[in-house]
Amino acid sequence: MQKEKVITAKDLTKRFGDFTAVDKINFDVEKGEIFGFLGANGAGKTTAMRMLCGLLLPTSGLATVAGFDVYKQTEQIKKNIGYMSQKFSLYEDLTITENIRFYAGIYGLSNERIKEKTSLLLKQLHLEGQEKTLVKALPLGWKQKLAFSIAIVHEPAIVFLDEPTGGVDPVARREFWGLIYAASARGITIFVTTHYMDEAEYCNRVSVMVDGRIDALDSPANLMRDHSAASMDEVFLHLARKAVRTGD
Amino acid sequence: MKQFLIFVKKEWLHIWRDRRTLFILIWMPIVQIILYGFALTNEVKNSNIAIFDQSKDEATTTISDEIAASRYFNLVKNVYSYNDISATFRQGKIRMAIVFPRNFRYDLLHSNHAQIQLIADASDPNTANTLTNYASSIINDYQQSLNNNEELPYTIKTQVRMLYNPELKGAYSFVPGVMALVLMLVCAMMTSIAIVKEKEMGTMEVILVSPLKPFRIIIAKTVPYLLVSLLNIISILLLSVYVLDVPIVGSLFLLMAESTLFTITSLSIGILISNSAKTQQTAMFTSLMSLFLPTLLFSGFLFPIENMPVALQIISNIVPSKWYYIIIKNIMIKGLGFESVWRETMILVAMTSALLGISIYKFKIRLA
Amino acid sequence: MRTLRFLLQKELKQIFRDPGIIRILFIMPMIQLLILPLAADYEIKNINLGVVDQDHSQYSRLLVNKIISSGYFRLKDYSPTFKKGLKAIELDKTDLILEIPAHFERDLVKENEATLFVAVDAINGVKAGLGGAYIQQIIQGYNQDVRMQWIQAPKFDPQPTIDVASSDWYNPNMNYRVFMVPGILVMLVTMIGSSFAANNIVREKEMGTIEQINVSPIKKYQFILGKLIPFWMLAISVMTIGLIIARFVYGIVPVGSYFTIYVFASIYLVAILGLGLLLSTYAQTQQQSMLVSFFVTMIFNLMSGLYTPIESMPVWAQWITKFNPVSYFIEVMRMVMLKGSSLVDIRFQIFAILGFALFFNGWAILNYRKRTG
Repeated sequence: MQKEKVITAKDLTKRFGDFTAVDKINFDVEKGEIFGFLGANGAGKTTAMRMLCGLLLPTSGLATVAGFDVYKQTEQIKKNIGYMSQKFSLYEDLTITENIRFYAGIYGLSNERIKEKTSLLLKQLHLEGQEKTLVKALPLGWKQKLAFSIAIVHEPAIVFLDEPTGGVDPVARREFWGLIYAASARGITIFVTTHYMDEAEYCNRVSVMVDGRIDALDSPANLMRDHSAASMDEVFLHLARKAVRTGD
Repeated sequence: MKQFLIFVKKEWLHIWRDRRTLFILIWMPIVQIILYGFALTNEVKNSNIAIFDQSKDEATTTISDEIAASRYFNLVKNVYSYNDISATFRQGKIRMAIVFPRNFRYDLLHSNHAQIQLIADASDPNTANTLTNYASSIINDYQQSLNNNEELPYTIKTQVRMLYNPELKGAYSFVPGVMALVLMLVCAMMTSIAIVKEKEMGTMEVILVSPLKPFRIIIAKTVPYLLVSLLNIISILLLSVYVLDVPIVGSLFLLMAESTLFTITSLSIGILISNSAKTQQTAMFTSLMSLFLPTLLFSGFLFPIENMPVALQIISNIVPSKWYYIIIKNIMIKGLGFESVWRETMILVAMTSALLGISIYKFKIRLA
Repeated sequence: MRTLRFLLQKELKQIFRDPGIIRILFIMPMIQLLILPLAADYEIKNINLGVVDQDHSQYSRLLVNKIISSGYFRLKDYSPTFKKGLKAIELDKTDLILEIPAHFERDLVKENEATLFVAVDAINGVKAGLGGAYIQQIIQGYNQDVRMQWIQAPKFDPQPTIDVASSDWYNPNMNYRVFMVPGILVMLVTMIGSSFAANNIVREKEMGTIEQINVSPIKKYQFILGKLIPFWMLAISVMTIGLIIARFVYGIVPVGSYFTIYVFASIYLVAILGLGLLLSTYAQTQQQSMLVSFFVTMIFNLMSGLYTPIESMPVWAQWITKFNPVSYFIEVMRMVMLKGSSLVDIRFQIFAILGFALFFNGWAILNYRKRTG
């Protein structure tokens, strides 16, 4: 059964002067998948993701997100995606509720929906009673979960997560992935970049970028089998040994 | 000492790498001195005037021509009624109107007496006064010419000599003033922002933990700005002499030494501000608000301090630019030596010490 | 439009949560507006006079008295020699020296003519010019007095004389405050408005929240408007408080209407804030945006005609002021407050400032990129 493809990329390339950050990558992401976009720092993951989100103009190649072209239809793309940046960009000087209200509002939710969503989110995150707390007072793990929930407040088709678990302790990371699973079960496609290889095992499929190219694309199980590796860590080391670039 | 230098080097690299900011820091003062040196002046010239001539005879025409030819006036309009005059004033087109009554020449020759009315827009009293004076003297000259320049008995002649600035050029009082303003602002503001940036970024803690005494670190932060400021001073002085024709009459060495002192004073203010500001935004605004207008107004180059109410005159004493302005004027334009400025210098030294002292004290309390 | 509403709510909340802002935005300008106009007085009066009287005659003393009683001069130094008198000028004790040479009275009587010497500290050209003019006027008046005393009237040939009658309109009390207060208010509002606006977008850039905005469906113009409107409201409030202070503390009431002022001010603020936002789109760090907006505002302020007349500037500088929005506002403030100019009278300035508003904001919207590369 052919599953609907929500992200397609064909020979997608990004050059900065002489430097090729992303080199003719090809991949598809199916609806409802949890797709991991792995690679070392500097491999080109973030650059590729920004092109898909409409934040960066590709140099060449084709890509579509939610059926829309990344060159000409970025505004439609943006209506259909959610995004969570590395910095968890919530407004530190606004309260939890105010942040929810704002983002829900600009994505077009009606006032009643906003109210519903707010109480739902607070309940899900066990933050009832904290409506008036400023985000800056929250511990890192909570900010992360809140940022994710807000990123999907408008139930987008796809949500892009850029290194969402940086600096967070393992327990909080596990809870976080729990939220991701719940979203995926609701039909939201998850596109996540990370350099934590153990998280790769939580994904349906992963791709591994090395020096701007995709060197591997398959389910974690298959990759581990192909590379005779006991963990994704080993798979990665195997592939990365060939890498020339380091550092973002 | 070696550690200190290492920190200074790091701070210098910060500034050096941020090319845009460096560019602005060096070029902006230059642009400003040129702009202000040429454009800012209290001199009155080319003032727009209108003439309401109800006689249109030989006398009025002669006087009108004399006035229009003078470099102080720019005849823009001939008006034909008092209403016209009001309207033209309201439209902001003229600063003064000259009214000749009917039969001017006739009255002058036959009754030996005629009147000219000068109506000045006194929104700016000085300009109004100056224009009235100029016009009066032109009219006076005409009157003298009628009298065939006959010598009156018992004449007192007055010889007036303009010292230091014979051509009454505006730049002579403005250039030192702008120097004081720009140096103070760049040093104080940039230093305070730079220090607070470290606080905001969170890297301050790392530094505080290092073996170098915290206050030395702060000083290390200011050293690069001191260097940039010295560069600014030199370029400003070069511009003054070669582009603006404001010569340096006194000792160049003394001028540089005093300017360096003033720069240090400004840097100390920057440090003090950075102590209490939590964000870069606050640092900038505090510098702007507490320094720009007060320096502009109280340093004495725009507004005479002796005109101010006594309370404000006292306040002007705590504005360092006031003292620096006096020092530069005395050295650069009057050509005086240290004996004339040692009092002001001591005051600046005292201010700097006080500022640094307060900063050190407050700093210690914070850490404890 | 709903999007805009949400943007505005967020902006306003952020602005008022910042503790320093109320202080900076409202209190500091108010303090400045209360103190500074007291300082801003150009009028030349209280000129410090030094006298070197080597004649010590009755007439030399009469002259000095007449000069002092004119009210323009204050006697601050009385030295025996010119050299000593010069010292007083050097030390800024006096602005002007009058030297009455020895045998002044005798020469005037015997030789029919005597000369006085005046040396003026000409660093401040206007002060020197007016100071010199005033003292010469007084000396001439004194000369007439002396003549009247010593000569019987009929012996005088009647000479044609021209009377110069001068009147001062619009500020009969020659009050500098009326001139400066509106100007200082404009300057404060300008500095605050543009600096805050300039800083704001850069701050979001530095904090990273701007990426979240870029990835959302918010349109560019909505984003810019969302920044513009809250600051506009703040700036108008500051201006209103300023006008209230002008009225109740300084007694300055506009001869024209407040409505005219507000119409112009509203458009002016859009222009100035637009400039700030524009600078913001180019800056990479807060330091840069603050520095640039500070310098730009300083240039605009000093070259606006507030402190020095535009007509006195060289032609090329006058052209620059035509591109300076602040100079238009200063002009309009003075015209409306002091001369009662109406909307019709200032229509040219309104068009100009409308042009600036469209230009700066348009450029800012164009320059702001949600997508780089």
